[in-house]
Amino acid sequence: MSKERIILSDQDIKKILQRLAHQIVEKNINPGELVLIGIQTRGVYIAQRVQAIIKEIESQEIPLGILGITLYRDDLTTIGPNPVVKETKIGFDIKGKRVILIDDVLFTGRTVRAALDEIMDFGRPQGIELLVLVDRGHRELPIRADYVGKNMPTSKDELVEVKLKEADSLDQVTIKTKNGKVD
Amino acid sequence: MEKWTKKDLLGLEELSREEIEHVLSTAESFKEVSTREIKKVPALRGKTVVNLFYEPSTRTRVSFEVAAKRLSADVINVAIETSSVKKGETLTDTGKNIEALKADIIVVRHSSSGAPAMLAESLKANVVNAGDGWHEHPTQALLDMFTLKEKIGRIQGLKVSIVGDIAHSRVARSNIWGLTKLGALVTVCAPKVLIPEGIEQMGVRVTHDIDQALKDADAVNVLRMQFERDESAAFPKQLEYFKTFGITSQRLKKLKKNIIVMHPGPINRGIEISSEVADGENSVILEQVTNGIAVRMAALFLVSNSQQE
Repeated sequence: MSKERIILSDQDIKKILQRLAHQIVEKNINPGELVLIGIQTRGVYIAQRVQAIIKEIESQEIPLGILGITLYRDDLTTIGPNPVVKETKIGFDIKGKRVILIDDVLFTGRTVRAALDEIMDFGRPQGIELLVLVDRGHRELPIRADYVGKNMPTSKDELVEVKLKEADSLDQVTIKTKNGKVD
Repeated sequence: MEKWTKKDLLGLEELSREEIEHVLSTAESFKEVSTREIKKVPALRGKTVVNLFYEPSTRTRVSFEVAAKRLSADVINVAIETSSVKKGETLTDTGKNIEALKADIIVVRHSSSGAPAMLAESLKANVVNAGDGWHEHPTQALLDMFTLKEKIGRIQGLKVSIVGDIAHSRVARSNIWGLTKLGALVTVCAPKVLIPEGIEQMGVRVTHDIDQALKDADAVNVLRMQFERDESAAFPKQLEYFKTFGITSQRLKKLKKNIIVMHPGPINRGIEISSEVADGENSVILEQVTNGIAVRMAALFLVSNSQQE
């Protein structure tokens, strides 16, 4: 029953992040205005990698913030398992900055909506752009990504799973059917 | 921890070690909210929190109020002097009426042990105990533990002495439950009349010698001497208490280390603690107040989102 397909290998992920980092650098004229904000948990790891790549290219460290969006979710009262409140840590003033918001998978867009609301509570940035490793479609809100690692058409009952070395044992993106999920 | 199942927060006796740790780690995330320019998150937007206080309290009530407001809840304070309790309404009836106003969370302080539990049983609303009789004051103990964890990095193996009126203290009781569950070694210290019989069964060491209690402690939690509560002859005179049990800088100087001094407040300067210590570098009393908000935010958030089995 269980069907699992590997969509991105560790090499793919590496190349994609290189490309996305270069896209950011090309677009932003003044790197002093640029800040990265990763959404807990895997968005943070991707953000850290992008930060490291930009540092190689520009030899400049772009500030990196961490966003835990649990308290801004619109489904707090309806989701099944109890949400874990993860920490938010933005150690810089975002006023007037160009924020690159980073997450692993873009799906309904509700996480991004929550993240946008939370960022706005920290101040008024000059602009916010969105970077995702995978865009799997099925948006429920008018939200799109500015930097997309891979567009991956999926059906709604499929699961896209992003594994990153920082939290898992390897770098890999897989897709599997929900009912065939093996634990 | 996968799931928070407790509808109410009534005491630490009924919480597991994992649950206590979950509250503390949730509170860590909430602490950051109070450092933002906009000190507010929408987690409890549209929820109504009622503070039902049958005993005078400023700091706990204000702390709960601030916590609820930083979660975007609406807060109503029921002042007992002006309420129909004076007209003879029972606690349960008051609770049912408050619930009929569509209150989601009731924070209750009462002079009778078990009053919050009684309310919790008869209401659908979440109940948070803000102190009941001599029974428990769970959020105070949680913020004490939060502060210890923040200062030292762990609770496991810590030596914590609780000094003062152990017999009449819900703060002591909750701290003993929580600290022992998390693996701290707890010593209680007070004059004989203020130590309840059989307290050792809660897993604590008893001493009547303050210097002994301080000697190897990592932290000391100094309880407020509630002279207004007991005027009986058995109660030691204030000055005598200060001499024998008061935390003074002379006592702390004899120790060769940095002991953490906590106090749930309000402090009686010159009775259980000297001004010098209360305002000194060992004191974390005001940090406790700050941490109280984060801990109460966590408590409100968790019970409000609890998943009953």
